Amino acid sequence: MENLLQQLVNGIAWGSIYALVALGYTMVYGVLRLINFAHGEVYMVGAMTGFYAAHAFGVADQPSALGLAATLVASMAACAVLGATIERVAYRPLRHAPRLAPLITAIGVSLLLQNAGQLVFGADPKFFPPLVASREAWRVGSLAVSNIQVTVLATALLLMAGLELVVMRTRVGRAMRAVAQDADAAALMGVPVDRIIQLTFVLGSALAGAAGILVGLSNPKIDPLMGLLPGLKAFVAAVLGGIGSIPGAMLGGLLLGIVETLVAGYLSSTYRDAIAFVVLIAILLYRPTGLFGSAQPEKV
Amino acid sequence: MLRAARRAGGIALVASALWACGPGQSGGAGAAKDPIRVGHFASLTGDTATFGQSTDRGIRMAFEEVNAKGGVLGRPIELITEDDRSVTEEARSAAQKLIQRDEVVALLGEVASSRSLAAAPEAQRAGVPMISPASTNPRVTEVGDDIFRTCFIDPFQGAVMARFAFDDLKARRVAVLFDFKQDYSVGLAEFFRKTFQQLGGEIVADERYTSGDIEFRAQLTTIRGASPDAIFVPGYYTEVGLIAKQARELGLNVPLLGGDGWDSEKTIEIGGSAVEGDYFSTHYAADSDDPHVRDFVRRYQAKNGQVPDAMAALGYDAARILVDSMARAGKTEGPALRDAIAATKDFPGITGRITIDPQRNALKDAVVLKIDGGRFRYHRTVSAQ
Repeated sequence: MENLLQQLVNGIAWGSIYALVALGYTMVYGVLRLINFAHGEVYMVGAMTGFYAAHAFGVADQPSALGLAATLVASMAACAVLGATIERVAYRPLRHAPRLAPLITAIGVSLLLQNAGQLVFGADPKFFPPLVASREAWRVGSLAVSNIQVTVLATALLLMAGLELVVMRTRVGRAMRAVAQDADAAALMGVPVDRIIQLTFVLGSALAGAAGILVGLSNPKIDPLMGLLPGLKAFVAAVLGGIGSIPGAMLGGLLLGIVETLVAGYLSSTYRDAIAFVVLIAILLYRPTGLFGSAQPEKV
Repeated sequence: MLRAARRAGGIALVASALWACGPGQSGGAGAAKDPIRVGHFASLTGDTATFGQSTDRGIRMAFEEVNAKGGVLGRPIELITEDDRSVTEEARSAAQKLIQRDEVVALLGEVASSRSLAAAPEAQRAGVPMISPASTNPRVTEVGDDIFRTCFIDPFQGAVMARFAFDDLKARRVAVLFDFKQDYSVGLAEFFRKTFQQLGGEIVADERYTSGDIEFRAQLTTIRGASPDAIFVPGYYTEVGLIAKQARELGLNVPLLGGDGWDSEKTIEIGGSAVEGDYFSTHYAADSDDPHVRDFVRRYQAKNGQVPDAMAALGYDAARILVDSMARAGKTEGPALRDAIAATKDFPGITGRITIDPQRNALKDAVVLKIDGGRFRYHRTVSAQ
């Protein structure tokens, strides 16, 4: 029983990273109906930026809350700029092209960032500095929750709550939802569609950057190809939750993390990566709209 | 991308060797001065980058010393290193390139058994003798009579750590966590289990991971549920460091044990305080009192600015055995070279006396090192007899 609880804790901490990445997929899909396959690479750039920022700020060797916050902000900012740039350079010129064109471009951007990452950062793995000194936060019986897991989960939840606030309670958020519903109608109502789409990329990419830092804290090995598999899995999480739905992406990410952990803990870790894609196929077969998605009539 | 740079290094090495020979020495015919090309395929980048880098430094140092003394059979040695990026499939194409494009007379490499196994059939088919400095999986040399190694094999290494766990640590319940994707790890885990169970111990959990994984908490939680006295992790250093960290976070404070895949300064850099008090078996101890070892460590450190790990020492030994075999054969290639390597007897290496047995393996002692105060410290030697 304690083991099961421990696995759930492990799974939730692991899944909260998927959830942050999945949010970016789902938001971009919401406004553009585009699967931004370069999103996993934004997450990689987030982790790399964090690595260099922590060393530049001189906080790599002394764990401190301030150092973590500074690194987090630097990485989210860098990813926000990267996200805006990708949108401007790679997707906006193709806004009215057939839907296949931006999808192919997205794959191109993903490969470009992977290879540019190997050139700029080097192909060798790097080891993320311990910005949080690992210790036990709680212990009940053998159930151990480390302060790293608490930090990861708390940061993820805080960011998700912040996003929910922006999307549901601000003018910008309302504009975003309007564009998601019907971009042409929103434009007629005076919503600056281009700016709102760019802002969506900015928010989604900043969250991916944060996810990069969090994975660096809890699993401190980072390399230029680290975004590939988590990117695909976060996409699965977004589909699981219902692509386009923000609460769906959060729940989908957490669920995927829990399922993977349980599979690795009770079956075999050999099946862990396969299971994500089995989940994807199962959803597409039995509930194509995901947990929170609603079937939308095709616009004509 | 990084490959071209390595060749330039090889050429510079030859140039300096020719210079060292000097115009005054009798060199024989001009053709005899052609360098002997030796290929090294290695993981210079990627998840096990220190293995390839250390081995390459060891080999380079050996050849530079030989060339400074006029080379072998009057010819200098040119080392051509090809990076396989720690990827199994690339080891094969790296070996192919060295054999076909560079026409090397012999191959040195790899450290990881899966990568040696991928490349060995290429060497065997081409009749180019290959010496793996550090691959310990028994299947490597079974590929054919051109494939040799200068290290012990895993049935021995697994038994060493099983006995160490049972006798020295008094462990009776041990969990195993191995890398399903690496022949080395699968084999070593198997030999450990076998000996440990024969001794009367119990394997209480048997979990696996895959090279490149970063999250191990699920397996470690299952292992924790089995309350072992020690955990055997026969993997490579990157994953080992992460596993140690996550194990300590989960409150698993029993010793971790491993094999020579831990032998990299990165184990300590990644694992930090989490690997303190852990033990692993390897080929030599850099803090040994042996004067040969001390001399080697001093020269290597002066040249490279770091303490040589086992891979550096094994690379150095493998390169010197190759040179020694060429000198004994009076030839630099083909069956004559192969037979001379096979006849190596009592060669005084840094990692011990090396005799190549009929299965083309080296019979050697193992040492157990302890991680203590952020350093590898010699703990004990286990004899091969």
